[in-house]
Amino acid sequence: MPAELVVDAHPLDPLLRADRLPHIWCPGCGLGPIMACYAQAILDSGIPRDNHVIVAGIGCTGRIPGYLNIDSFHTTHGRAIPFATGLKIGNPELEVTIISGDGDLFAIGGNHILHAARRNIDLNVICVNNFNYGMTGGQGGPTTPTGARTSTTPYGCFETPINMPWLAYALGAVLVARWSALHVRQLKNAISRAMEKQGFTFIEVLAPCPIGFGRPNDLGEGLDEMHLYQEECIVDHDVDLRQANIDLRQKQPIVLGNFVDIERPPFTTLPEQFRS
Amino acid sequence: MTSPTAQRVLTGTHFMVGDHAVAEGAMAAGVMFFAGYPITPSTETAERLARRMPEVGAHFIQMEDELASMCAILGASWAGVRSMTATSGPGFSLMMENIGLGMITETPCVVVNVQRGGPSTGLPTLTAQADIMQAKWGSHGDYEPIAYAPSSPQECFDFTIKAFNSADRYRVPTFVLGDEIVGHMSERVVIPDASQIPYVGRKRPVPGEQRLLYEADESLIPAMPFASDGYRVHVTGLTHDERGYPATLPEPHDRLVRRICDKIRIHADEIIEVEEWQLQDADIAVVSFGSTARTARHAVAAARQDGIKAGLLRLITLWPFAEKHIRALDKRAKAFVVAEVNLGQVVTQVERFTAKPVLRANHAGGRMMSPEPIMDAIREASHAS
Repeated sequence: MPAELVVDAHPLDPLLRADRLPHIWCPGCGLGPIMACYAQAILDSGIPRDNHVIVAGIGCTGRIPGYLNIDSFHTTHGRAIPFATGLKIGNPELEVTIISGDGDLFAIGGNHILHAARRNIDLNVICVNNFNYGMTGGQGGPTTPTGARTSTTPYGCFETPINMPWLAYALGAVLVARWSALHVRQLKNAISRAMEKQGFTFIEVLAPCPIGFGRPNDLGEGLDEMHLYQEECIVDHDVDLRQANIDLRQKQPIVLGNFVDIERPPFTTLPEQFRS
Repeated sequence: MTSPTAQRVLTGTHFMVGDHAVAEGAMAAGVMFFAGYPITPSTETAERLARRMPEVGAHFIQMEDELASMCAILGASWAGVRSMTATSGPGFSLMMENIGLGMITETPCVVVNVQRGGPSTGLPTLTAQADIMQAKWGSHGDYEPIAYAPSSPQECFDFTIKAFNSADRYRVPTFVLGDEIVGHMSERVVIPDASQIPYVGRKRPVPGEQRLLYEADESLIPAMPFASDGYRVHVTGLTHDERGYPATLPEPHDRLVRRICDKIRIHADEIIEVEEWQLQDADIAVVSFGSTARTARHAVAAARQDGIKAGLLRLITLWPFAEKHIRALDKRAKAFVVAEVNLGQVVTQVERFTAKPVLRANHAGGRMMSPEPIMDAIREASHAS
């Protein structure tokens, strides 16, 4: 009989609202490890916990703020970034992180990410990309790979998905990275780096969605989808981001890495600079 | 050396356009964050604040659209500062989504709508008063807003300050429903000394008191913590319980929505403001507001000269509606005339609270109402009653 490991507490317990568990996510969902990476980055940040604020929009990912024991805001669909913009400018001491889904940030909220990045608002944006709208039951979205089946692309998606890192780079994000829910160490480090940086940072995280996306595309269980990402992913920090698009048909590798880390003056420092 | 304008309250007598008076009212009220998007006929408010706010260390940001503007002022409010936006009909339509978020999360902020002709792009440069029902019902679900209707640049200044105070006092997004005529009219604006600017702040949590985030006392208004206060609040647009946690079930939903409506309803008497003119002995009660109240006053005076006992009830607050004032007039007056630049919005409210004849003096927008149609309606009401 295997020895039973009994622990009273997990190091991340203080970061969780235990009275809200169990969470609503499906077995095999990637959101748990992503939330844990963010929580660990908070602990490691050296920034007082009360100064950390999380903002999300709507969807499965939008539920992360509800499980974290920090000031947390669950806003309207697509509007996490402008809400966070008001929070950050209203109180520049806040360390504001947005965790939301691909549909929330790039479809209904697409306009806001363009302008927050362009303005270099000091926000950390973590986009969980599960290739579909999970909360509403597996519809296609702006990142659904060409050819993939969802409930609204029953013949296969014939649109071209957004290449998020390339877009974020083009808009001047000071940090751009892509990892998967499997790459917890690299993801946590990227989030920590984002918290250190002044300005608009962007991290895409690929996450399995066995119910919404895995099932209609015969990807198996959540673990199988993780394996797929493990096999298909290569790490190339220096990739030409034009080549960072994701196409599941071609057996083309999915490129992960810390692609961009540059300096640009953040929004809040600019008004004084221009008035003096 | 500090520039002479580098101060919050421009005490003195000015000749000022209404949209600028809104901006100066906001400055005097202590606005720290403005987010907006250019739109006729409200743009002058944003332009003035873009220049004025940095002078006092406050933040102006031009957002990418009105969805973002409305959302950003909610975020800033939770950061602990007074925040506002200014817009007109098409922008007000886009703001409805996050006005709803402000209502359910009880987030104080001020939204100024300088009304123009609609629907849609309508009359970008010309007046209307046709967003009255949109202000009440435009976002989905039940809620009770507060809305002020200025009739002059002076009131643009005064009512913007009132709006900030009501927003904070009742924890509710609060509207200033101006119109293009008032927004673009230049008149004398007297700005008092800074010590004379009324200020009502937000109710804040008392340290050590074990109240839940949305647990209210008999006022039904919960205290409001700010981000980084250490309360570790969860704020959600989902129906939530007193802890702020999602509670998407019929009972907590009824409890929450009933409370956010009742917190305004039980305070209606202290929120509602009207001006009564020549109503004491009036047979015909004219009801009007905003720029139209100015011509309604002329019509009432002219009717008096013709021997018709008319009077004016000017609505300063459009929401909550001055139901008691209409009921009181119902006992005295023989008929009502409602003068408004829309095809019948406030009139439907008046009709709810009187059994007397209610006549309409209105047009769809594009110009200030002249006294003649109101006088015609007064005469008709006088003959009929």
